[in-house]
Amino acid sequence: MRQRFIYDPFVLPFMAGFVFIIIYLVAGIISAIRELPCEDRKKLGKSIFSRKIFVSAREIFMECLIHRRIFRRNRMLGFMHMSIAFGWFLLIVLGHIEVRLYCPERVNLPYFPIFFRYFMMETDSTLKGSLLFFLMDAALLMVLTGIGLALYKRINSRLMGMRRTTKLKLGDRIAMYTLWAVFPLRLLAESFTSGISGGSFLTRGFGLVFESFVSNEALIRPAWWAYSVALGTFFLAMPVSRYMHIPAEMLLIVLRNAGIKSKKTNAGYGNIELYSCSRCGICIDACQMSAAARLDRKTTVYFMRMLRRQEGDIEAAARQCLMCGRCVQACPVGIDSCRLKQNVRRSESFFSPVQYRYFPPTETIRTDVLYFAGCMTHLTPGIGKAMQTIFGRAGVNYRMMDEGGGICCGRPLMLSGQEKSAAIMIEKNTDIILQSNAELLVASCPVCYKIFNEEYSLPIPVMHHTQYIEQLIDRGAVTVGHTGLSAVYHDPCDLGRNSGVYNPPRQVLRQVANLMDTSHERGEGLCCGGSVGNAVLTGDQRRKIARDALYKLTGEKPDILVTACPLCKKTFAGAGLQQVEDIAQVVVKAME
Amino acid sequence: MDFGYSINQSSKIDMDRASGDIAAQVLRYEPSFAVCIGCGACMATCSAGRFTPFNLRRLQLMVMRGQTDSVHAEAEKCMLCGKCRLICPRGINTRNVLLAIHHFTAPAPTLDIR
Ligand code: SF4
Ligand code: SF4
Ligand code: SF4
Ligand code: SF4
Repeated sequence: MRQRFIYDPFVLPFMAGFVFIIIYLVAGIISAIRELPCEDRKKLGKSIFSRKIFVSAREIFMECLIHRRIFRRNRMLGFMHMSIAFGWFLLIVLGHIEVRLYCPERVNLPYFPIFFRYFMMETDSTLKGSLLFFLMDAALLMVLTGIGLALYKRINSRLMGMRRTTKLKLGDRIAMYTLWAVFPLRLLAESFTSGISGGSFLTRGFGLVFESFVSNEALIRPAWWAYSVALGTFFLAMPVSRYMHIPAEMLLIVLRNAGIKSKKTNAGYGNIELYSCSRCGICIDACQMSAAARLDRKTTVYFMRMLRRQEGDIEAAARQCLMCGRCVQACPVGIDSCRLKQNVRRSESFFSPVQYRYFPPTETIRTDVLYFAGCMTHLTPGIGKAMQTIFGRAGVNYRMMDEGGGICCGRPLMLSGQEKSAAIMIEKNTDIILQSNAELLVASCPVCYKIFNEEYSLPIPVMHHTQYIEQLIDRGAVTVGHTGLSAVYHDPCDLGRNSGVYNPPRQVLRQVANLMDTSHERGEGLCCGGSVGNAVLTGDQRRKIARDALYKLTGEKPDILVTACPLCKKTFAGAGLQQVEDIAQVVVKAME
Repeated sequence: MDFGYSINQSSKIDMDRASGDIAAQVLRYEPSFAVCIGCGACMATCSAGRFTPFNLRRLQLMVMRGQTDSVHAEAEKCMLCGKCRLICPRGINTRNVLLAIHHFTAPAPTLDIR
């Protein structure tokens, strides 16, 4: 190999874009880290000098290059993302290796590896050279395959398991088309040059084909110009496009592994989350508001875009969400969009310290186990009665915390952004719990269970009744028979996905009924549509979501649909003819 | 328990004091507000109503009638638990009605509604 040139004006468009994007990224990273609250910066500092940094490095490799999470969702989609990202990465790495091997004195010219084939000529076919040529061509072919699939996805997204894809805006389109153009142009440029620089199966092959009907010599420089312009334009368009996700996701992974969470929407970690969203649109299909109620434009990807660009009615977009967490579960980048929405909602708080002055003075209830039925259980009293039967049978010394109706747990208020008002309830309920001297708090409603666990600082353990029943059966405090019924279990959002309680209800149900499998369980569980997380959804839209979920869950015609949430039970009961029962009620049947 | 059925304290309607603005705004923000039949189911189930004479049916009626002086302080008592939404035979999105009443009667706007 011998050097032909060291500079050509066609490197200028690339260099302009390259310098711009590097400055932009460095400034962005500095400002994002400066926006982190002090404690988060400390966490970050600690994690960088610990084992966590290796965890992050591995995750960056697996997610940003291989795209493992997308692979899990759909192989074709994963293959598409991996081909582009990993192929491109290989091109960059191999390009640098070439420079180091053949003209180490040029390593400090950033454009040299990019336009290597133009600047260098082949003098002898060394074995090393041909191996690198082969690898370079293979990597290029990989990227081109990915781009081909991406083009095809625009026409037929179902191939990749996506029913709906994101509707893109101008900045995204410019960046996307230039990105698509970069690699075919590189193929052309390298093919035209391959007579001089050499090449492998792809570039040399194309070079020979072109030679037979055009003059390659004349096309060399125009092709390199076009390649450079495409790359430069891509870099210039990157900040206004979704491709910021490429650098942002790496930073996100490091910060997330340091234990940092979003506190504000457009600053610090929240901002990095916004930039990390690749607008892949996976969250559109995951969202039942789009799948069942045709609210495609209300899904997370559009909320994220509005927030990043600070355009449109962001508050309204944040309100239109069930907070079911399905999109968070599906997101391959691991963006906690529900938290971002909560951050927006919080800004609408209308606190007035007098509002709950009517709360009665705390009366002391002394007991071992305190049972909080919750507002919704008072609407479906069968669940509360079943629990009382179970407590009675187990001979537990228990008392109800909200006999005849109590003070709300505060989560509905919180989800409406009224965190200060919710704090009054948290304080009051905590007072009642502390005064009782109880050793355990049992809640029947997953909505309450979640807030008791996360926002109350209680000195005693909190259990949902599914966990408690499992424990009672294990201890032999209650004995159950088999009901002979076939059952499908529905995971309530706040118990399953949002609190991670998946196994206890299944353990219990397997003993008392024939538990059937569905494809909508555990993390993939559905929302019943009744969620208190959304105050704006109309009754009609809710009904559509509930019917759709019920239909999907009961395809195998179980005798009963079992859930562990009074709100799910009530919502499903109104959506069809299927018999719906709470797990406590099924257990009571099995005790008889 | 005070079921609050005696809501018609006076038969006099004072048009000088009545203002339809708030009802119109609430209606625009949450159209299901229009179909209330005053059945009282919401107030029979109300979590806040167990502790204080708080009454959503009455609150909505006052807004409809334009007698909005005390409405804001009343609306603040709601715990937003959502029982009333599930119980309402007309399928009214009561939580959103409450948030809207709260917002449109507040001295300074509370929701960012455009
Ligand atoms: S939020 Fe996640 S799933 Fe949705 S578009 Fe962004 S990256 Fe994709
Ligand atoms: S949390 Fe649920 S309702 Fe909200 S956007 Fe995500 S999937 Fe849709
Ligand atoms: S339950 Fe519904 S229809 Fe009946 S009074 Fe309340 S809001 Fe009106
Ligand atoms: S949401 Fe408010 S008005 Fe409705 S039942 Fe609960 S406390 Fe009562």
